[in-house]
Formats: sequence, C-alpha cells, structure tokens
Amino acid sequence: MTLTFVDGLIIGLYLLVVVAIGLALRQRTKTSEDFFLSGRSIPAWVAGLAFMSANMGAQEVVGMAASGAKYGLMTSHFYWVGAIPAMVFLGLFMMPLYYGSRARSVPEYLKLRFDEKTRLLNAASFAFMTIVSSGISLYAMGLLLNLLLGWPFDLSIWLWAGIVLLYVFMGGLTSGIYNEVLQFFLIVFGFAPLVILGLVDIGGWSGLMASLSDVSLQRGFPADALTTVWRHAGSAADNPLGVGWFGITMGLGFVLSFGYWCTDFLLVQRAMAAHSLSAARQAPIIAAIPKLLFPALVILPGMIAIGLTHRTGGISFPLKPDGSLNYDLAMPLMLARYLPTGLLGLGITALMASFMSGMAGNVTAFNTVWTYDLYQAHIRPNASDRHYLNIGRIATVAGVLLSIAAAYLAARFNNIMDLLQLVFAFVNAPLFATFLLGMFWKRTTGHGAFAGLLMGTVGAALHHGLTIPAHAIAGIKGGWLAILHTYPSEMAQNFSTAIVAWTTCFLVTILVSLVTASRPAEQLTGLVYSLTARPREQPVTGLFNPSLLAPLVLGAALLLNLLFW
Amino acid sequence: MGLDLRLPIGALFIALGLVLIIYGAVSDPAIYARSFGINVNLAWGCVLLVFGLAMLAASRRGAAK
Repeated sequence: MTLTFVDGLIIGLYLLVVVAIGLALRQRTKTSEDFFLSGRSIPAWVAGLAFMSANMGAQEVVGMAASGAKYGLMTSHFYWVGAIPAMVFLGLFMMPLYYGSRARSVPEYLKLRFDEKTRLLNAASFAFMTIVSSGISLYAMGLLLNLLLGWPFDLSIWLWAGIVLLYVFMGGLTSGIYNEVLQFFLIVFGFAPLVILGLVDIGGWSGLMASLSDVSLQRGFPADALTTVWRHAGSAADNPLGVGWFGITMGLGFVLSFGYWCTDFLLVQRAMAAHSLSAARQAPIIAAIPKLLFPALVILPGMIAIGLTHRTGGISFPLKPDGSLNYDLAMPLMLARYLPTGLLGLGITALMASFMSGMAGNVTAFNTVWTYDLYQAHIRPNASDRHYLNIGRIATVAGVLLSIAAAYLAARFNNIMDLLQLVFAFVNAPLFATFLLGMFWKRTTGHGAFAGLLMGTVGAALHHGLTIPAHAIAGIKGGWLAILHTYPSEMAQNFSTAIVAWTTCFLVTILVSLVTASRPAEQLTGLVYSLTARPREQPVTGLFNPSLLAPLVLGAALLLNLLFW
Repeated sequence: MGLDLRLPIGALFIALGLVLIIYGAVSDPAIYARSFGINVNLAWGCVLLVFGLAMLAASRRGAAK
C-alpha cells in the first residue's frame, strides 16, 4: 500500500485541525478543573460521543474486525449484550452518584464512599494500567504503520506520541474529548465506503451468509454459526466463540461489561465533564445509540474479509508464525482492496485518529488520577490550584514518555506485556461488585470493600492458575498451579475467571461489612443511592430525556438480538 | 468551554470533501476499477461536503440563539 500526495494532504488537514483545536483551547484552560474535567462544561452530545469513542482506540477497531473474521456475528455480543445495558445502567443509576458527589475521579468516589486505602489501591493500579495500555496501543500503531506503509517504527512512535502530547498539554481533557468526537466522525465516514463496497462485492447480506457458511462448515461449525448471534450459544462447542449462553450473559454481559463501562475512569471521566447532572446522565445513553450500530462498521468488514477468502480473486490472509490466519490484518486488507487513492487517505486518517485519541484518553485519565488521587492525596495536599495545574501538565509529559517506554518494552518483551495485562484483569474483575454494593447497600464498609477487592483479585488469580483453555500449554494461559478444569476456549476461561472474581468480592465484601462498623447514614448522602434525593433536574424535553431514551435504546438492542438470532 | 466543536468539525469535513471532489474530477478513471467503476472519491467527497456544511449551519444556528 503506498500513499500519494492526496492521501498525505488528507492526513495533513486532519493534523492541522487537531493542533488548531489544541491552540484554541490553550487560552481557555486556566484552572485545574478546566484541565482535568473540562471545567464541567461539555454539552451532552459531545460528552456522549467522546464516551463512545474513548473506547474505540485503533486496537479496538482493528481488533473488532479481527474478531469479526474469527468469530463472526457473535462478536456483536460485545456490543448488544455487553456494552449497551451497562452504558444505560451507568447513565440511569450511577452517574447521579459520580456526578452528584462532586468526586473528581472514580478513585476519589471510592475515597468519599469508603476510605483512603480503597482509593489508593484503585488509583495506583489504574494509573499504572493506563500507561501500560497506552504503550501497547502505541506499539501496535508503530507496527501497523510499518507493515502497511513502511514507515519506520521509531519515527511513528515519537511523531504520534509528540502530537498527542502537544494537544493534551495545551487543552487538557477538553482537547482529548474534542479529538475523540472528531475521531468518531472520521471512523464513520472513513469506514462506511469500505463496508458499502464490500457488501456490493460479496452480494449483500445473503451473499455474505452464503460465503460465510462455506467458511463455517470448513471449520467444523454449523453453516450459520458465523452469521447468527444466539442460535448456537446452547453449546460452547458448537459456536466459534467457544462460550455458552451463561458465559456470554453473566461473564461478558454482567461482570466484565458492567465492570468496564461503569467503573473505568477513562470512560466515566467523559461523562463527569458534562455541564450538568442531566447532561452527565444523558452522555452514556446517547453514546449507546451509535454503539448499537457500530458492529456494521467495525465487525462487518472482518466478516466480509473472511467471506472473500473462499472466492477466486478474493482475499488471502497472511499466516502467523504458528500457521494460523493473521486475523488482525482484516481491516488493513479491506482498506487496501477497495479504497482508491483519496478515500484510502481518509481510511488511514481514521485509523490514525483512533490510535491517537485512544492514547490521549489514557493520558488524560492518567494525569487526573496521578494529580488528584496520588499527588494531592499523598504527596502535597494543600497547594494552590495553579500548582496542581502545573503538576497535571508535567504528568502529561511524564505519561507520554512512560507510554513510549512501555511501547519499546512491548516491542522487546511481548511476554511482559501479556503478563501485566493478565494481572490487571485480575485486579479489575471484582471492581463492579465493590461499586454495586457501595452505591446500593448503605451497610457496606471501607474494610469490607478493601477486603473484597483483594480477595476478588486472589480468587481470579487462583481460578486462572487452576484451569486452562483446550490445546494450551500451562503457563501464562492458565494452569500454573494445577489443572482442575479445561475450558473449550480462552474466552470461556476469561469469562469464568471474571465471574469467580466478582462473586468472591461480592461475598467477602458483604461478610466483612457485616462485622465492621458502618458509617452513619448522614455521611453517605449523595454517595449511596437510597440516601440520595432524586435529582431535581432541568426537565429535558424530547428524545434526549434519559428515562425515555433508555428504554428505547434497550428495546433496540433486544430487537437486534432477535433479528440476528 | 467557549469553543463550539461543530466549527472545527465542519471546517475539516468541508476541506476533506473539497479535496476528494477535486481529486475525483481530475483522477485517472482506471483507479476506480477496485470500486466497480464508481468514482467513489467524487461521490463520497460530496457526502463529506454536505456533512461539513450541515455542521457549520448547526453551529451558526446555535450561536444565533
């Protein structure tokens, strides 16, 4: 794939606007709350679209197409069962507490609701994890651009990290949010032509079903296993995910998705930046609308790509060293196949935009948690606001440099990154149990929360150490203690690990809370749902009223599940 | 924050639309073999232009209120 002058011009125009936004915001960023929380001034639709795209880093975009090629339409469970209900729940029930408590971060909510040690545990692991994931995505971008366009790895890494640094340094969270919204539209307009041309080529939905039934039968699954979402979820062995309906609904739908969408500060920060409580509640629900339709943009290209492998003059996937198809190339292969010079530049710009805003999302979340929850809480409590703003800017530089270091670490020692991500998965898995109990059961205590989190993490590690996916070698894939159970797939094992962690945390938190002293109810006003007055909101007229929009969104998700049953 | 985001989005997409339309008008038709003979640059450039103009219009209407 080579880029011509026009493609370069398109990428250049995008970069120009990115830097211009940063410059325009620089003068408006005066206080630490401007820098870390956009001065709580963002309109609902902007916060909503940023919420939706903060999760859409390019790894996600490339990865969803890869999953579409590997697992078919069942990949949309990550959207229609996973994301949507969790986003609606966050908007309806949790945002009043996050926003209403005036906490400036998710760890700070834990401090207000529980105690300092619970906050420290969450803040430290979150800060470390954002740097690691920002480094991994930087590494993935360097690798992809090298493979596609032959750009030198070092150049890409320093160049893109430098641009992210520039605009976050100037405009803080607002820069991050604005660029995420820009990225949202670039992804929509950059990938839509690809999907349209791909569908025309393969003969529409019916042509796609016909092509994928060959692929499916060849892999030993029922003919429609790649084009249906629930029909083969009865038995894990009959579907490409290798997970049954219980794992999908409880593991993915409940534990993992609610844990991610409702407690990850990277996302919640976008809604916290909204200009009012009603806007903060609308944001995740507005975000759910495009989320419903995004499988068509990011999963479908992967399905078309794998469908075309069975056609003369179709697509052939390069192989990985172990002989399996390199599914990660699904999206790049489709870009190269259908987009002529011009639109190709637009598609590449969309990819770059999602890389950069994914990284910027991590950096903005990192500098906030570092400044408020670690620096202000433990190193220098009573400094001026100016001081914290400067610390935030320094943390931005440090965060970007650490991400670059993490990217090189990932390039040199892939295993270390796998191991770190595994450890974080253990730390994150129980989180939602803590928030659920903390927000909806006033008897929950700080000691209970802390013990529950620790034991949940231990439970996750133990489960992982005692089980293994089929055809895997004991070690990083599991079974490093003993092998008591074998799962049909790695995903089935992950979902079970999450369920075990959540249940352990839930039970331990309840038990320890019952034997420790709880805080008096008047201290928990605004922090626990039952003790918080129903928000007196500005009446939101029309469709964007959360209590009207929420059932509509959930109904649409249900409809999609039935339609593609 | 005082900066209406619809403004830079509108400006960017108008510029992108114009680049694609102009390039679509002058480019060699042979490069559209991969898109089944359709001049997708020209067609999609128009879509981007319309979207950009709509964003600008919305921004102006918002400012007038």
